[in-house]
Amino acid sequence: MRVSRRTLLASAAGSAAILKFGAMGSHAQGAPIKVGILHSLSGTMAISETTLKDVMLMLIEEQNKKGGILGRRLEAVVTDPASNWPLFAEKARELITRDRVSATFGCWTSVSRKSVLPVFKELNNILFYPVQYEGEESERNVFYTGAAPNQQAIPAVDYLMSKDGGEVKRWVLAGTDYVYPRTTNRILEAYLRSKGVAASDIMINYTPFGHSDWQTIVASIKTFGAAGKKTAVVSTINGDANVPFYKELGNQGVKATDIPVVAFSVGEEELAGIDTKPLLGHLAAWNYFQSVKNPDNEAFIKAWQAFTRNPKRVTNDPMEAHYIGFNMWVKAVEKAKTVDVDAVIDALPGIKQANLTGGISEMLPNHHITKPVMIGEVREDGQFDVVWQTAGLVPGDAWSKHLEGSKDLIGDWVGRKCGNWNTVTNRCGA
Amino acid sequence: MQRSMAASVGMHQSLMKKASMAGFLAMLVLFAALLSIPARAQSYDAAIDRFLSDSFPDTEAGISALQAAGDARGVAVLDALLDRRLFVVAASRTVLVRDRAGQTNDARTGQTVAEAPAGAVMVRLNNRLRGLAQAALGAMTLLSPDPERRRLAAEAVFRSRDASALPAIDKTLETESVPRVRAALREARAAILLADAQAPMAERIAAAAFIGEIGDQDGIGLLRQTLTNAQGQLREAVEAAIKRAEFTQQLRRAGQTFWFGLSLGSVLLLAAIGLAITFGVMGVINMAHGEMVMIGAYVTFVVQDLIRANAPHLFDWSLPIALPLAFVITGLIGIVIERGIIRFLYGRPLETLLATFGVSLVLQQAVRTAFGPTNREVGAPSYMSGSFDFIGMQITYGRLWILVFTFAVFFLLLAVLKATALGLHMRAVTQNRRMAASMGIRTGFVDAMTFGLGSGIAGLAGVALSQIDNVSPNLGQSYIIDSFMVVVFGGVGNLWGTLVAAFTLGIANKVLEPFVGAVLGKILILVLLILFIQKRPRGLFALKGRAVEQ
Repeated sequence: MRVSRRTLLASAAGSAAILKFGAMGSHAQGAPIKVGILHSLSGTMAISETTLKDVMLMLIEEQNKKGGILGRRLEAVVTDPASNWPLFAEKARELITRDRVSATFGCWTSVSRKSVLPVFKELNNILFYPVQYEGEESERNVFYTGAAPNQQAIPAVDYLMSKDGGEVKRWVLAGTDYVYPRTTNRILEAYLRSKGVAASDIMINYTPFGHSDWQTIVASIKTFGAAGKKTAVVSTINGDANVPFYKELGNQGVKATDIPVVAFSVGEEELAGIDTKPLLGHLAAWNYFQSVKNPDNEAFIKAWQAFTRNPKRVTNDPMEAHYIGFNMWVKAVEKAKTVDVDAVIDALPGIKQANLTGGISEMLPNHHITKPVMIGEVREDGQFDVVWQTAGLVPGDAWSKHLEGSKDLIGDWVGRKCGNWNTVTNRCGA
Repeated sequence: MQRSMAASVGMHQSLMKKASMAGFLAMLVLFAALLSIPARAQSYDAAIDRFLSDSFPDTEAGISALQAAGDARGVAVLDALLDRRLFVVAASRTVLVRDRAGQTNDARTGQTVAEAPAGAVMVRLNNRLRGLAQAALGAMTLLSPDPERRRLAAEAVFRSRDASALPAIDKTLETESVPRVRAALREARAAILLADAQAPMAERIAAAAFIGEIGDQDGIGLLRQTLTNAQGQLREAVEAAIKRAEFTQQLRRAGQTFWFGLSLGSVLLLAAIGLAITFGVMGVINMAHGEMVMIGAYVTFVVQDLIRANAPHLFDWSLPIALPLAFVITGLIGIVIERGIIRFLYGRPLETLLATFGVSLVLQQAVRTAFGPTNREVGAPSYMSGSFDFIGMQITYGRLWILVFTFAVFFLLLAVLKATALGLHMRAVTQNRRMAASMGIRTGFVDAMTFGLGSGIAGLAGVALSQIDNVSPNLGQSYIIDSFMVVVFGGVGNLWGTLVAAFTLGIANKVLEPFVGAVLGKILILVLLILFIQKRPRGLFALKGRAVEQ
C-alpha cells in the first residue's frame, strides 16, 4: 500500500493529450496563405478556447468566400495545445517552422502567451492575442486585441465610484491565484489608494483555480460589507470557479443592490451554464456585449449562429477581438501586398477596423488597439444590458500609469522601435 | 381601476416595496380610504410620463414622482419596473405594464392592450435606481394587507432609512399582529430614528441599543455609519451596541464555520465513498473515479433536459429520477472497465494507475465531444434552492440536502457491506481471495460487482454535486485528489475512517480558511496530511489482523 500512496502524489502531475487537426479547407489555386490557430481544444481551457478556434474558422471561411487575400486562398492550420503551457510553445514552433504560417491567432491565459513569446521572437512571426490581460507588455511580434487594464479594470472602478455606480467606498478585490488577477489587483490597489481609499477599505482575496466551496469567502465578503460604507466586489475570478461563486452569492442572499459584483472574466459564454435569476444586476466590464444593437454586430451574430448551426450560440468579447484582429491583419497584408512578417508588422500600426459596437478601432504603435469600455448588467436570459459606456474609444496602455516602475514606460514600434521606452531617461529598456 | 375620491387623512408622502398582483386589488381598497385628491391623478400621469425617455435621470425622477403622487397604481408600476415588466412605446407615448400573468395594460388608463406593440422598449434600471425603486415601493406598501409584503416593505425602509415613512410604520405597528412583520417594522423604525439627526436623543439611544441586541450584520453596518458623526451619550450607546452586536456575530460566525465545515466534509465524503470501495476495499488505484462522478452529473443534465422538453411539471422529480439512472449507468461503465482492463492488472498498482488515468482521459474527451466543452446548466429543484435562517445563520437547502443524502448513501453502503450476501462475498474476496475461491465464491464476479458498486456510488455523488459545481468535462478532476486524500487519511479499507477523515478535513479547511486564505489553507492541509501519513502510514483507522497482509 505504501507504493500506491507514493504513486498517488506522482499522479497529480498532468498529462498531455495531443490532438492534431490537419489542415482544413481550401482547394488552393497557387499556394494558399496559412493561418495558425493555437487554442486549446482539450483540458481545462477548452471551455473558453474552443469557441475562438471556431470563430477563426468562420472568419477564414468568410474571407475565402470574398476571394481570399492577394488572390490567394487562406488555409487554417488548427493545433491543440491541450491547456498545457509548455505544449503551447512546442505547437507554436511547429506552426511556424513546419506549417510555415503567416500569422497565428491564439492563446487565452497569460501564462500560455508568456510561454509562446520566445518562440515568436526567435522565429519572427506574428501572434494575435484576443483576451483581456494584465498589461505590462509590448512585444514586436504580438498584437494585443483584448483589453489592457486601462480599458477594462480602471473604467469599471471609475463607474462604481460614480453616482450611478453607487459611490462605492469599500472594495473587495477577489481573484483566482495567478498572474492576471494578481497584476490587475496590484494596479487597482495602487489606483484606489491614489483616489484616497484607505488600506483598511480594501480586501484582497485569492482562491485556487477551480475553487468550488465559496461559503466562507462569501460570508466574509458579507461581513466586510457590513461596515456602513457602500461595498463592491471586483472579481478577476477566472473560469469554472465563477459558477459556484455566483451560486453561493445567490444562496447567501448577496444582492446587487447591496453589494454589486463587477467581473472581468464573466461573459455571455460563462453565463450559459448558470441560472441567472439570482445574479440580476451584477455587473461585467467588457469592450463588447452581444446585446449591443449595431448592424455589423447583428450580421456577425447571424453568421456565427449559421456557422455553428445553433440558433442559440452566443458571442462574446474575445470573439470580437479576433474579428477585429483578423480583419486588421487582412488589411495590413493587402496594404503591404505581401504576407512577409516584417512588412506586415510594419503595416499594422495605424490600420483602422470597424468594431462590432459602432466604433472604429485602430492599431496603435504599442500594438494595442483602441476600444470602447462598457459596463453591462446581467439579465435573466444570460445577456447583458449596457448601463454605462465610455464616451469614445480608449487607447490601450501597454504599461500601467498607476504602477511604480511602469508609469514612465511606453511601447512604440513605429518611431522608436522599442517596447519599453522610458520617457524620463529617453532610452529603450526600463 | 377607479380611485375613490373619498377624503381622508392625506398622507402626503407614502409608502412602498414589492407587491404581488394578487394583493393589488385588496390594496386598492385600503388605499381608497387613505388616499384621494383629484390632483393626484395629474401628478401620477406626470410621473408616468417621466419613464417615456428611458434615460436613467428621467427614470429616477419618475420613481420619486410616483412615490410623491401616492397613487396606488404606482405600486404596480414600480413592481413592474423592478421585475423588468415595464415597457414604453415612444411613438404613441404610452407606458405599458405587463402583469405576472403576461397581460399587458396601459399604465395610465389601466386598459388591457392586446399585444405589446412593435417598438415597445423595456425601461432599464441600474443598481442605484433599483435601490431607489425598492425604497419607494417599501414606503408605499407598509400598509399593505399582505403580511409578507409589509415585511419586505419594512426591510426596504430599514435600508433606505426614509424618515417620511415613520408615521406609516407607527401606524402599522399599532395593529400589527404577525411577529415576523412586527420585528422587521421595529427594526426599520429603529434604523430611521438612529439615522435621523433630528430625532430625540433618548429615542436614538434606545434605537441603538435595540439594534445592538438584534446583532445582525446590516445592523452593525448601520451602527458603524452612525458612529462617524455621533457624540456624547449617543456615541457611548452606539459603541456599546456595536460591541454587543459583534459578540453575537462572533458566536454566529463560529457556528457558521462549523456548518461550512460539515457541508464541505459531506461533499468530500460523498465524492470519496465510491473510492473507499474501489481503492479502499479492492485496492485498485482508480484514477477514473472522478469521471464516474462527472458522468453521474451529466446523467442529471440529460434527465433534466428531457424533463424540460417533455414534462416540465415533473422538474422537481428530476433528481430522484436521475439517481437510479446514474447509479446503473456508471455502475455498468465500472463493470465494463473492470472486466475489460483492470482484472488483467491486479497486483500491479503502477500499471493500474496508468491504465485508469488513460481511461479517465478517454471518458473526459468522449463527454467533451458529445456534450461540448462548455458548462451545462443543471437547475435546482424547488426544494434545493434558497436558504433559511437558523439562529441568525444562513443555511442553504441545497447543502443541507447534500449532507442528508451523504449520510443516507453512507449508511446504505455500510448495510450492503455488512448485511448482504454480496457484501459478505466482497469482504471475503478482498481479505483472502484464494480462500474465498476455494469456498466456492466466484471471485471474478464479485470483483466486477464491487467495482460496479463503487462506480455506481460515484455516479450518485455526481447527481448531488451537479447541484453545487459546474457540470463540465473537468468536473471529476477537481474531486479525484481530494477523494484519495480522504480515503488515505481515513485508513484504507475502513468506511468509518473515510467518514471521520472527510469531516475532519472539511472542518479543518474551513477553520483555517478565514485566517490564511483559501490558497494557503489548502497547502497547509496537504502539509499536515503528509506529516500525519509519515507518522501513521495506514491512516486514522488502520485495518488490523490478517487482512492487512495481502
